[in-house]
Amino acid sequence: MTLPLFFFYVFSAITVASAFMVISARNPVHAVLFLILAFVNAAGLFMLAGAEFLALLLIVVYVGAVAVLFLFVVMMIDVDFAELKSGLLSYAPIGMVVGAILFLELLLVAGSFVIAPDMVGAGGLPIDATMDNTRALGLVLYTRYVFLFQGAAAVLLVAMIGAIVLTLRHRTGIKRQSTASQLGRKPSETVRNVKVKSGQGL
Amino acid sequence: MGLEIGLGHYLTVAAILFTLGVFGIFINRKNVIVILMSVELILLAVNLNLVAFSAHLNDLQGQVFALMILTVAAAEAAIGLAILVIFYRNRGTIAVEDVNMMKG
Repeated sequence: MTLPLFFFYVFSAITVASAFMVISARNPVHAVLFLILAFVNAAGLFMLAGAEFLALLLIVVYVGAVAVLFLFVVMMIDVDFAELKSGLLSYAPIGMVVGAILFLELLLVAGSFVIAPDMVGAGGLPIDATMDNTRALGLVLYTRYVFLFQGAAAVLLVAMIGAIVLTLRHRTGIKRQSTASQLGRKPSETVRNVKVKSGQGL
Repeated sequence: MGLEIGLGHYLTVAAILFTLGVFGIFINRKNVIVILMSVELILLAVNLNLVAFSAHLNDLQGQVFALMILTVAAAEAAIGLAILVIFYRNRGTIAVEDVNMMKG
């Protein structure tokens, strides 16, 4: 067994095992942590396939952003997760049937097709073995796929604005600072001089 | 199965991941957070397929496509969690079985 193959089996075994733990963990915090483990090991699989930039991006984006977002939401929401697990197995049979059918179909597809030998390397963008992966991706991402890149940026912008608009909440009945009315006050409206007679007070 | 990592290896792992994600949606019918995590697993399986084909066909386009899927997956997680937060704020629960406000 060669070393890459050994690491492939290690990474894929841990990925599959932690993916199973994600869907079966009782505590959602554990589920998020197993999701992180699955993504890190999937990044290892990407690395073995020669996609170094995507592997590191997977770690940065998923472990650094998405998983932390999940953790925040899990901890912010005060839900009795044990109660949510109560009807766990009521849908398991149909899930099992659908999953088994899907898996068999995927295996049939994966095992039954052949790629014509002359198709290898015949795509529009052959990988240059002398150039590292990040450089190669950057060279096409900002030139040939610049509109795709801008589209991705637009998707992220819309998602960001959408998330902010959805969760922004204006509470009523609390005091807020109103800078405009503070600055709009005039001395003539707010201060008055009173002559107080001595010994009497106001 | 030779001594080298082939396309079949990657496709098998991705198929298992995809199936686990779909199965997770079925068995966690009440907990939206785990459903969102299952969707992330499904998208990871798709990305794994794209990268495997990219390596096997010696074509960089698959990796560019995987990059776009990564972007969409991150946006989907952010929007999904925002909807989850406002749903919890309004209803005090995150059980998807109770989501029938619109009676669709």
